[in-house]
Parts: sequence; C-alpha cells; structure tokens
Amino acid sequence: MQISISDVEHVAKLARLHLTEDELHAMQKDLGDIIEFADTLNSLDTEGVNPSAHAVAVQNVLREDETKESFDREKLLMNAPMQEDGCYIVPKVVE
Amino acid sequence: MELYNLTAHEAAAFLKEKKVSSVELTKAALGRIDAVEDKVGGYITVLRDEALKDAEKADAAIAAGEGSDFTGIPMAIKDNICTEGVLTTCASKMLYNFVSPYDATVVKKLKAEKPVFLGKANMDEFAMGSTTEHSYFKKTGNPHDVTRVPGGSSGGSAAVVSADEAFIALGSDTGGSIRQPASFCGVVGMKPTYGLVSRFGLVAFASSLDQIGTLSKDVEDCAAMLNVITGHDEMDSTSLDVEYPDYKSALKNDVKGLKIGLPKEYFEAASDEVKTAVLAAAKKFEEMGAFVEECSLSKMKYALPAYYIISSAEASSNLARYDGIKYGYRTEKFDDLIDLYTKTRSEGFGEEVKRRIMLGTYALSSGYYDAYYKKAQQVRTLIKNDFDSAFETFDVLLTPTAPTAAWKIGEKITDPMQMYAADVCTVSVNIAGLPGLALPCGKDANNMPIGMQLIGKPFGETTLLRAAYTFEQNSAFKNMKPVL
Repeated sequence: MQISISDVEHVAKLARLHLTEDELHAMQKDLGDIIEFADTLNSLDTEGVNPSAHAVAVQNVLREDETKESFDREKLLMNAPMQEDGCYIVPKVVE
Repeated sequence: MELYNLTAHEAAAFLKEKKVSSVELTKAALGRIDAVEDKVGGYITVLRDEALKDAEKADAAIAAGEGSDFTGIPMAIKDNICTEGVLTTCASKMLYNFVSPYDATVVKKLKAEKPVFLGKANMDEFAMGSTTEHSYFKKTGNPHDVTRVPGGSSGGSAAVVSADEAFIALGSDTGGSIRQPASFCGVVGMKPTYGLVSRFGLVAFASSLDQIGTLSKDVEDCAAMLNVITGHDEMDSTSLDVEYPDYKSALKNDVKGLKIGLPKEYFEAASDEVKTAVLAAAKKFEEMGAFVEECSLSKMKYALPAYYIISSAEASSNLARYDGIKYGYRTEKFDDLIDLYTKTRSEGFGEEVKRRIMLGTYALSSGYYDAYYKKAQQVRTLIKNDFDSAFETFDVLLTPTAPTAAWKIGEKITDPMQMYAADVCTVSVNIAGLPGLALPCGKDANNMPIGMQLIGKPFGETTLLRAAYTFEQNSAFKNMKPVL
C-alpha cells in the first residue's frame, strides 16, 4: 500500500517525532511495506468476531481504598533532567 | 569443569554441602566475564563490587542454616527490568542515565532469596528486535560464533547464560524475545502464561503481550526460577489470582501417554535443517511413549501481521511517556514544550523504535483504527480459538522456535520485513497468552544450535516442564557448551 509523504508527516506529528528528509522517505517505504503486509488480514472474514484486548479475560480488578506509603518524592525526582523545590521544571506553557 | 560451568541447581547443591562459597562462585563468574565479555558483550552493566557484597550476605545466610534454591547464585537481569539504585536503560539513549527508584516485583521476590546480581543484560532497544543489534550501547555476539547474532530481544540474557557468564538470567518475551534467543544460543527459555508473572517494574513495550520469563542452562533451573517469580501481585492488575503449583514437582522423566501435536504450518515456515531437527525430537518423544500426530493451526499465517499491529499500537501508547520531563534524556536546545518533546524523542529513540511508534500511531489514528487495530484484535480471537480447539486433542504442541538458526550480524538489519519474518513461529503464543518453552534439539551445518518450542495450554507450565525435562534427560543436546 502506498502511503503519502504527507501521511507520514501527519503521523510523525501525532507521535511527536521529527523526521529528516531522508528519514521521511525511508519511513514512507517501511510503513508502506508493513501496512501492505498487515493488509493480508483483510483476507480473513472477521464479521461478528469479538475483538480480544487480552488473551486472558480479567475484569474489574478492585482493591480496598486504603492509604499506603507511596514513593519518596526525592527518589522519584532524582532522575528528572531538571528539578527545583520538589517539582519538575518544564518550559513555560501558558502566557 | 570449572565452577562457572555449573547449572544453578548444581551450584546450589555445592553451596548447601559447603563445597564452595557464594563468594567463590561469584569470583568465578566475574572471572569468566573478564575472560570472554569483550567477545560476547552480553552485559550493559556489570555490578562487580555489589555482586561480591551480595555473595558475602548469601554466605552468611547459608552459614546460619538459611538458604533456598537461588541463595548465593550469581545471575543476570535483562536491562528492562527495574532494579533499585541500578541503571535500567532498556538499551536506549532515552534511558541512558535512568537509575530505577524501585525494584520490579520479580526482583523483590528474588532478593528475598538472597541471590547475587551480576549485572544487567543487553537487549534490543525497548525490547524491539530479534537480534539485539538495536541496542544503543553495544552489539552482543552469539557465544557459539561471535560473528552471529544471539537473537533478541533478550539476546544479552541468553548469551551470558550460554557463555557461562551467569548461572541463570531473567528476560522478557513480547513476541518471542526469550524463546528465540534461547534457541539461537542453545539454552532453555520459558515464557509463562500471560498473567503468571507480575509485570510491575518491567518497562512496558506491549502490555497485553509482555511477560517476564527465564533463560537457564537446563529445565530444572527453569522450574526452580518459576517457583520464585510467579504469583499474584496487586501491583499488576493483569496478574492472576490463582493457585500456583510447585513447578519442580513437574520434573518427571516420563512422557508416556502425553499427546503432542505438530502443527504443520509451523514446520512449513522452517528451513529443512530446522524441520529435520524438530521432527527428530518428535520421533524421540514418540519412542519415549508419547502420542505424536500432525495437526493444523490454519490461522497461523495471520499471527505475524496481527502481532505487528497490536504490539506497535500498544508500544506507541506506552512510549508516549518519554518526553524529557520526568526521567532520562532531554534535548539541549528547544523553543517551547512541544519542541522539547519532539526533539527529545527524535534524538532519544533509535530507528527501529521510531518505526514501531510510527506504525502504531498510524494503526490507531483516526480513519485507520477499525481497519487495523480492531481487525488485529478480532484476528487475535480467531487465533486463540484455533489453539483452544487444538488443545481439545493435544496436551502440548511441538514446533520450531525460529525458521532458522542464528544468522550473521548485519545480515538482516537493513530490512525490517525480513527481520520481522523471523518471529513467525513465536508471536502466536503471545497473542493467545499461552506458555511457551524453547529447548535445544540440534545443530545446523554451521554448528549453531537449533531449538524446538513446546506450547502449552494456559497454566500448562507443568506439562511443558515435564515434556522438556524428559527430552533433556534422554537427548544428546543437554547444555551445549560454546567454545570461546
């Protein structure tokens, strides 16, 4: 299946990826090949077949709503590229 | 025979009999790492000092009369399983500096046994790949021929067990990532039933398919490790709250009356050499008293495309968390928040990971969801039904693990479709959530190991272990040692 460059650009934008001109063309070919392969699924009649999200059906896993010790804030923040006063630092989002 | 050649249970027996200390075992393993790791390259991180401290603690416990199967046993953990205070990189630039603030449930369970953690094993970036060539950090060589791939994505785990650089290892399997490298490296690999082992602390790739499992030198070690890592965990809502058996009690040298099916589609997908080796194994089972018959799983050819849609869709969603804010890599220069996300992700992810994210995003995007994602989920139901009806007749299915033995490093790296095709015998097992065990059963013309795959019913681990143990005890392919 042929996927257009603008399709690839659109999907890259959704995925928050920037592709160079070369990468865009390579991705166009690779995605086209894989999607064409995925299209073989169309030869299988799935009318009325329920989709399975998991192989083992587990539903409504509930637990008591109890207060428990959570992760230590310092420990979780130690991996942050930028942090200050117990918070993650991000660029300004609202004017 | 060197200490590092021992299986985990042999080493444990030596420890118990006070013939050897854990410090001695650990020094032997570290010495082996020093001797062969530059050729094999199976570790991303080696925990030299920490391992010796672990060993001292284990020796103290053993001296105090405590100790269980893995007390003092040096082992490796795949680098996508979180280990507190230790680098957990997923072999990605994106997590090159990530030190896990907590232990995965499997690691927590293991720590209660006081083992020795030797290090974190190499893998394909975020477990996406079949050769471990997609690691950001290094290439891993197959110990049987270091110019060949070890398989993947748990290639490091398989290689270090095969090369005697660890007595046992944990890996993860989303589409064959334990079984295929186990077969390529001539060791035993087990992917348990979905939900049997907690995924808490396993860095997510495709959550409905991922499962932690074992890479070991023999079947007995596999059973012993299952006893430790399986069990219900409230930190993973897909973890199953069921009765868990003693897996070691399944180690019986007897397959009389066992019904083994040979699904012909899996053999048609394999090379002549692999087909011959696996059919010889089937014959061996028959000689030992099993009932063996050809059968058909007609939906098998749809498993691979369905797998690549489902796994990539889930991956695109799971990997959305890597944004340069909370952990890992962050780009240096950016204009605003979106630019920060985009540059961080574009610079932090490797080519294969980007390809899967793109495919998954495409399959989930507006207008394509029904055609691809929903369709693949429906096919999943049909594949599962296919297995269900086969298991009305058979206890176990026997197939090749992979169409061929290990190929040369670089041979398939430029063609993703050719690489994906190598997973054709393993992905259906994850799609249906079944247990699968890979076991050595031969060698090809290049003297590379060939593996067979035993597929069981949900919770059929004990049957798989019994069949595998019996084959191992009666075959010439036990513990194939590479020459390094």
